[in-house]
Amino acid sequence: MSEAFSRPAAGQVPVLRLGNVLPVTLPGDLHDGMAHRLRQDLSEAVVRGGVTGVVIDISGVEIVDSFLGRVLAELAAQAGLPAARTVVAGMRPAVAITLVELGLTLPGLRTAPTTEAALELLGRTAAPPRAGRGREGSP
Amino acid sequence: MDTAAGVEARLPIRSDMDLVWVRQHVRHAAAKLGFSLVDQTKLVTAASELARNTLVHGGGGQMETAQVTTGGNGGLRLTFSDSGPGIPDLDRALSDGYTSGGGLGMGLGGARRLVHDFTVETVPGSGTSVRVTSWVSRPPRLREDV
Ligand SMILES: Nc1ncnc2c1ncn2[C@@H]1O[C@H](COP(=O)(O)OP(=O)(O)OP(=O)(O)O)[C@@H](O)[C@H]1O
Ligand SMILES: [Mg+2]
Repeated sequence: MSEAFSRPAAGQVPVLRLGNVLPVTLPGDLHDGMAHRLRQDLSEAVVRGGVTGVVIDISGVEIVDSFLGRVLAELAAQAGLPAARTVVAGMRPAVAITLVELGLTLPGLRTAPTTEAALELLGRTAAPPRAGRGREGSP
Repeated sequence: MDTAAGVEARLPIRSDMDLVWVRQHVRHAAAKLGFSLVDQTKLVTAASELARNTLVHGGGGQMETAQVTTGGNGGLRLTFSDSGPGIPDLDRALSDGYTSGGGLGMGLGGARRLVHDFTVETVPGSGTSVRVTSWVSRPPRLREDV
């Protein structure tokens, strides 16, 4: 099942829930206020419990600068989960090339080509055995 | 070909929303001048770093964009200026990992790597101006240093 944790207001990134995973899709150009807001929403969602992973889909993000790089690292660190439970999905090739030249590394953050691949990665390594949990399937 | 219309601009940098306009303008201008997707991305990323420095460290200022040409090769020049405190030790500010407050310290040095030409003029107590230029095709290598 999938339920909304927070009702997104204009200019807010919605934090949804898919089984034990919080999938977050960043907009093309995230301004700083939205990033701070997202950080709060995400940690509130984690505090409610049962979360085993976070997937941050950045396939729509046109650039990652040092600010957004830090936001991503902080989202991972303060989600209250081991950093490895956060997967950044869908980074554009041009963004990846630019990040290298900028000199930015995203320590501890795992990456996957797509959100599907990220969910699979998290499912394989951490989802509890399916036995009677009943939380997996989404509508 | 007259492309100056969508390229030349002077944009204020007073809030984080202004950073969004700065990025958008640089993206459009670079696309209009024929920069490749990767080169657009590099220039927009550099602009984002420099504009944020103007806002955060310089207390706000502006970005001016201009189309430049040399030997038939087109380019985009961005000038970020503020009347903030200036940068007392530029070499240190440019080194990776140096930050005077809470950042990663990658912005200034990283931006320099992402563009073809990079010049900083800074006067302690009266302000900073960072001018960067990138060319649609690589410029002839005149000298190695920046
Ligand atoms: N326009 C400016 N006016 C005054 N000082 C500046 C300006 N731009 C940069 N600096 C100084 O140079 C330092 C390094 O800048 P740089 O962008 O590399 O790192 P940062 O902004 O601290 O962190 P980040 O990695 O988030 O960009 C800053 O911490 C600041 O002290
Ligand atoms: Mg900076």
